[in-house]
Amino acid sequence: MNTEMTGIIACFLLTVIIAFPLGKYIAKVFKGEKTFTDFLNPLERFIFRFCGIDPKQEMSWKQHLVALLSINMIWFVYAFIILIFQGNLFLNPDGNPGMSPDLSFNTAISFLVNCNLQHYSGETGLTYLSQLLVIAFLQFVSAATGIAAVVVLFRAFAGKTTDQLGNFFVFFTKSITRILIPLSILVATILVFNGTPASFDGKDSIVNLQGDSVQVSRGPAAGMIAIKHLGTNGGGWFGVNSAHPLENPNYLTNMVEIIAQVIIPVALIFAFGFFIKRKKFAHIVFGVMTVGMLVFMVPNIISEASGSPALASMNLADKAAMEGKEVRFGVAASAYWQVMTTIISTGSVNSMHDSSMPLSGGIQMLGMMTNSFYGGVGVGILNYFIFIIIAVFISGLMVGRTPEFMGRKIEAREIKIASLIALLHPFLILAGAALSSYTLVNNGDAAWAVPPGSWLNNPGSHGFSEMLYEYTSAAANNGSGFEGLGDGNFFWNVTTGFVLILGRFLPIIGPVAIAGLLASKKFIPESAGTLKTDTVTFGIMTYAVIMIIAALAFFPALTLGPIAEFFGMR
Amino acid sequence: MSQNKKNKLFVGGQLRGALLQSFVKLNPRKMFRNPVMFAVEVGTAIMFAVTIYMILSGDTRQGSVGYNITVSFVLLLTLLFANFAEAIAEARGKAQADSLRKTREETPAKWIQVVGDTYVNEIKIVPSSQLKKGDMFLCEAGDTIPMDGEIMKGIATIDESAITGESAPVIRESGGDKSSVTGGTKVLSDSIKVKVTTEPGESFLDKMIALVEGASRQKTPNEIALTILLAGFTLVFVLVCVTLRPFSEYANSPITIAAFVSLFVCLIPTTIGGLLSAIGIAGMDRSLRANVITKSGKAVETAGDIDTLLLDKTGTITIGNRKATNFFAAPGIDEIHFTKSLVLSSMADETPEGKSIIELAGINPSSLQLEQPRFIKFTAETRSSGIDFGQTKIRKGAADAIKSIVEKAGNLYPAEIAERVSIISRDGGTPLVVSENSKVLGVIELQDIIKPGIHERFERLRKMGIKTVMVTGDNPLTAKYIAEKAGVDDFIAEAKPEDKMNYIRREQQEGKLVAMMGDGTNDAPALAQADVGVAMNSGTQAAKEAGNMVDLDNDPTKLIEIVEIGKQLLMTRGTLTTFSIANDIAKYFAIVPALFIVSIPALQHLNIMNLHSPESAILAAVIFNALIIPALIPLALKGVAYKPIGASALLRRNLLIYGLGGVIVPFIGIKLIDMVLALFM
Repeated sequence: MNTEMTGIIACFLLTVIIAFPLGKYIAKVFKGEKTFTDFLNPLERFIFRFCGIDPKQEMSWKQHLVALLSINMIWFVYAFIILIFQGNLFLNPDGNPGMSPDLSFNTAISFLVNCNLQHYSGETGLTYLSQLLVIAFLQFVSAATGIAAVVVLFRAFAGKTTDQLGNFFVFFTKSITRILIPLSILVATILVFNGTPASFDGKDSIVNLQGDSVQVSRGPAAGMIAIKHLGTNGGGWFGVNSAHPLENPNYLTNMVEIIAQVIIPVALIFAFGFFIKRKKFAHIVFGVMTVGMLVFMVPNIISEASGSPALASMNLADKAAMEGKEVRFGVAASAYWQVMTTIISTGSVNSMHDSSMPLSGGIQMLGMMTNSFYGGVGVGILNYFIFIIIAVFISGLMVGRTPEFMGRKIEAREIKIASLIALLHPFLILAGAALSSYTLVNNGDAAWAVPPGSWLNNPGSHGFSEMLYEYTSAAANNGSGFEGLGDGNFFWNVTTGFVLILGRFLPIIGPVAIAGLLASKKFIPESAGTLKTDTVTFGIMTYAVIMIIAALAFFPALTLGPIAEFFGMR
Repeated sequence: MSQNKKNKLFVGGQLRGALLQSFVKLNPRKMFRNPVMFAVEVGTAIMFAVTIYMILSGDTRQGSVGYNITVSFVLLLTLLFANFAEAIAEARGKAQADSLRKTREETPAKWIQVVGDTYVNEIKIVPSSQLKKGDMFLCEAGDTIPMDGEIMKGIATIDESAITGESAPVIRESGGDKSSVTGGTKVLSDSIKVKVTTEPGESFLDKMIALVEGASRQKTPNEIALTILLAGFTLVFVLVCVTLRPFSEYANSPITIAAFVSLFVCLIPTTIGGLLSAIGIAGMDRSLRANVITKSGKAVETAGDIDTLLLDKTGTITIGNRKATNFFAAPGIDEIHFTKSLVLSSMADETPEGKSIIELAGINPSSLQLEQPRFIKFTAETRSSGIDFGQTKIRKGAADAIKSIVEKAGNLYPAEIAERVSIISRDGGTPLVVSENSKVLGVIELQDIIKPGIHERFERLRKMGIKTVMVTGDNPLTAKYIAEKAGVDDFIAEAKPEDKMNYIRREQQEGKLVAMMGDGTNDAPALAQADVGVAMNSGTQAAKEAGNMVDLDNDPTKLIEIVEIGKQLLMTRGTLTTFSIANDIAKYFAIVPALFIVSIPALQHLNIMNLHSPESAILAAVIFNALIIPALIPLALKGVAYKPIGASALLRRNLLIYGLGGVIVPFIGIKLIDMVLALFM
C-alpha cells in the first residue's frame, strides 16, 4: 500500500509542478506576450486569413457567446450526419455500421459538450473515420471552446471598465495551436512507445495460451487518447476506456494519463492569477479546490482499501475492493483516478466505478455534483465562479457592504443569473433521475426496445445509484457511468442528450454573461472595508457555499442511493 | 439621542396591534411579495386541506389526524411569527414617528391673508392642517410653529427640544443658511414670518412615516438581490421535494403529504425570509431613533458603503470658532498696556473671536473709563476693526492690513512681529496684529480648538475603510495643520462651494461613494451630487430638498452613526441568511432518516440525534423552524453589532457565530424539542 500511495502522491506533485509554469505560459499566450511557441504565428495568421477572421476585432460578451454557440451548432450537425452515415464511408476496415439517429444524437452532443458519455462501444460502434474526424475532432474543439470561454472571463477582470473582451476565434484557435496540439503530440508519443496502437489496420487476430483465437481491435488510438485526457473529454477509443490494456498499457501510461487530464484545469487557475495579476487570489482558489479534492480523495481511498464488510470476515491478506479494478494499477491508483476523473469532468476510467464501494460511488457522484474542484477544461473555473459570486454576495452582506468582486458591485442581475445556473445543475440531475424512476416504477413493462424494467442490473439502492449517476455524469459533462445501467437505448439517449446540452451551454453562458456585465461596471478601488477575496477566510466561505449547496440539493437522493447501500452493507 | 428614546423592545400596546396585524398580513396578495413566506403559505393551505379531507373521509393513509392537525397549526404559527416580526418592526417605527408627529398635530396657525399676490397684514387663526404650500404665517414668542417652513422675515430663538431632545434654544433667521423651521418647535422670543414649504402630508416626516408603515416601502437593490437568491434556494427545495416522490416510489417508501410539506418548509430559508422585511424596517427605525429622517431605505444602505466623507471644519472638527490662546507683545511694549489695549479694541467686537480675547485678557471692559469712544467696525476693505477715543486709535486685524497702516504712517514694522506672525500661521493658528496710533503693539494668536474625541472617531472611520476629508475656508497652511492634528485623511482648503462639488465628482469618477453634510443653499448642488447627502434640519429648504437625509439634531458627526446603521442593516441580512441556510443541515438529519426509516431500516444510522420516532422527528424540526423566528426577532430589530475590525476579521467572526452556530444550534434545539414531544407521543 505504501508504494501505491507514493505513486499517487508523486502523480499529484508532478501535476502541480507541470501546471504552474504551464499556467504562466497560458496567461502569456492569451495576453499576446512573447512565448517560445511564437514560431506558430504564421500558421495562425494563415488560419485567420483563410477563415476571414480579423484577429484585432474585439468582441463584447454577447458577441463572444454568439460566436461560441453558432460554431458549436455547426459542429453538432456535422458530427450527427457523419455518425449516421459512417458505415458507408471510408476508413472502416472492421465494417462497423452507422449509428441509429437517437444514438447519433446522443453521441454527437456528448462529444460536442466535452462530456463523452458513450452509449456505444468504440470497437464496434465507430469507424476509424468517425473516431478521428468526429470524436477526436470534437475532443479538440470542445476543450478549446472551454478554454476560450474562460479566457473571456480572464479578460473581464484584467483591466478597468470595458466591454471589449478580445476575439473569441483568436482565443479558440490559440487554445488548439498553442496548448492542445503540442501537449497532445507529447502525450501521444509517450503512449505509442508504451504500446498504445497508432495504426490504420483493422482487427488483429491472435491465438492465446489456451489456444483460442481472439480478435483484437486496434486503430489510430494514441492521438485520440492523448486529447481525451488533456481536454478532459474522457471518451475512450475502446469500450472499457483506460482500463483497456491497449488504451492504458502500464503504470507509466497510467501516470501520464492521470496527470494529463488534470494539468490544464489546474494550469488555468494559475493562468487566471497571472492574467489578472492577482496571484494570491489564484493560490487561494487552487487551495480551496485542492482541499475539496482531498476531502473526496481521502475517504474514497480508505473506503476502497478497506473493501467490503462481507469480505472482512473471510480473513484475507488483502481486503481491498478489487472488483472492477486492474491488477496492474491497484487500489490507490484506481481510487485516485476515480476521484480526479469525476471532480474534473474527464470521465475516463481505469476501473469500473459501478463496482466501487458505495461510499466511493457516492463520493464520485458528489464530485460531479459539485463539479468545480478543478473541474473541466475552462468550465471548471466558470462553475467555481458562480459559487464565488454567491459567496461574495452573502459574505459581502455579512461585513456590512454592498458585495463586490474584483472591484465590481454584485447586484440583482448577477445574482439572478448565478442563482439560475446554480439551480440548473440540481434541476437536471434530480429531474432526470425522477423521470427515469417514475418511468421504471409506473411503466416498467412498456413495449420499448429495452423495457424500463430491465434497465438496471442491480435492484434497490444500487440500481437507483446507477440512474442517479448517469444523469449526474451527463449534467456535469463528465461521461463516466455506472455501467450496470442499460443506457444504449432511446430513452437514455434522448433524455441524457438534452441534459448534456443544457448542462454544457447554460453554465458557459451564465458566468460569461456575469463576467461581461461586471466588466462594464464602474471599478471601485479597494478600501479597508472591502471584503478581500484572496484570503483564507473567503476561501473557506466559498468551499462552504459549494458543499452546502451540493449537500442541500442532493442529500435526499444520495440517501436513497449510496448512503442506504453503505449502511445496508454494514 | 435622549434617554427616553431607547425604549424596550416590546411595549404592550405595540404587541397587541402587531398580533392583530400578523393575521391581517396572511392575505396572499400581501404575502406574494415575499416568495419564501408565500411558499410556506401554500404549504400551510395544502396541509389544512389534507387535514380537513382526512377528518371528512376518515382516510388514514396520511398518518393520524392529530399529527396532521399539529403540523398544520405549527406551519400556520410559522407564518404568524414571520408576520409578527414585520408587524412589530412597523409598530416600533410608527411609535417612533408618532411621537414626532404628535408635536405637530392641529396647532392653531396665524395665517397671513393674501389678496392676489400681495400679503395684507391681516391675520386669521386657522388649524395647521389647512395651511398649504406657499402660505405665510406669523409666529410670535410662545407660539408653536404649525408647519415646516422657511423664515421670510425676522429672527427668533426657537426651542427645538421637541424634535431633537436638545434643551438649548437655537437662533433661526431669514436669509442665510439657518432659515428653516420645523413644525412642532416653539418660538421663544421675537416674531417671524414663515412661508410654508411643504404640502400637508408631504413633509419629510410624513414621507418617512409612510416608508416605515410599508405603504410606500420600496425594496432596496440589495434586498432585491437577496430576495432573488432566497427564491433560488426555495426553488431548489421545490425541486428536491417534488423529485423525492418518484424516488420514494422507486424505493417503495411512501411519504405522507405532511412529511413532504414539513421537509419543504423546514428547508426553505424561512428564518431570513420571515425576518427580511422586519430587518429593513428596523434599519429605518434605528435611523429615526438617531434623529435622522431618511427619504428612502436605499439611502441608509448606501450609507453603509460610503468610501469618502466630507466634513466641514467649523462645528464638526473644531469647536465653533477660533479662540485667542496667546498674546505676544512687540519688543519694548508694556505687557499690561498691551493687554488693556486688546480689551479696548475688542469690547465692541461681538464675534466669538473678539469675546475670546476679552476672556483671555481677564479684564472687565466696563471697568475701563473712556471718553467718547468710537467703535470702528470690521469691513472687508480695511480688514481690521478697532476703537477711537481721545487721541488714541487702536486697530486690530490681519497682519498685512495692519502692516500697511503702520508702514503708511512711516513707522517700522518690527521683524520680530513678522516672524511671530509666520510661526502662528505655521502652527495652524490665525494671527491678529494690533496697532496703536499706527505703531505695532503686538500679536494675538487665535487657535482652532479641536473637539475632544474627534481623533478617535476618525480612527474608527479609517478602520471602517472610510476616508475623511475636511472642508475649510482657511488657507492651506492652517488647514494642513488642523487636518493633521484632527487626524483627517485629506482637506480642501480655501474651499468655495464648487470645490466641494468638484471633489465629490472626482471621487465618484474613481468609483467611490461619497457622503457629505451641509446646511447652506450653496451646499445644495453638492448635497445632490453626493451619494449620501445629509442636510441639517436647521439648513435651508434647498439644502433639505437636495439631500437624501435630514438630521434633526444638526449634529455634523451624525454621519458616523448613519454609516454604522447602514452597515448593520446589511450585516443583519447577511448573517441571518447564513444562519438560516446552515440550519438546514440539522433539519436534514432530523427529517430524511424519518422519511425512509420504515422501508430502509439501515438508515437508522443517519438518525444521529437519536430522535424518538419519525413523527416526533418531523414535528420537532417544524416546531424548531417556527420558534427560531420569534427567537431572532430581537436580533433582527436591534441589528447585528458592527465592529470596525476589518472586513476579513468581521467575516471570520460572523461566520463563526452565525455559520457554525447555525449548524450547531438546531441540532440541540431539535433534540430538546423531540425529548419534550417524546413525553406525549
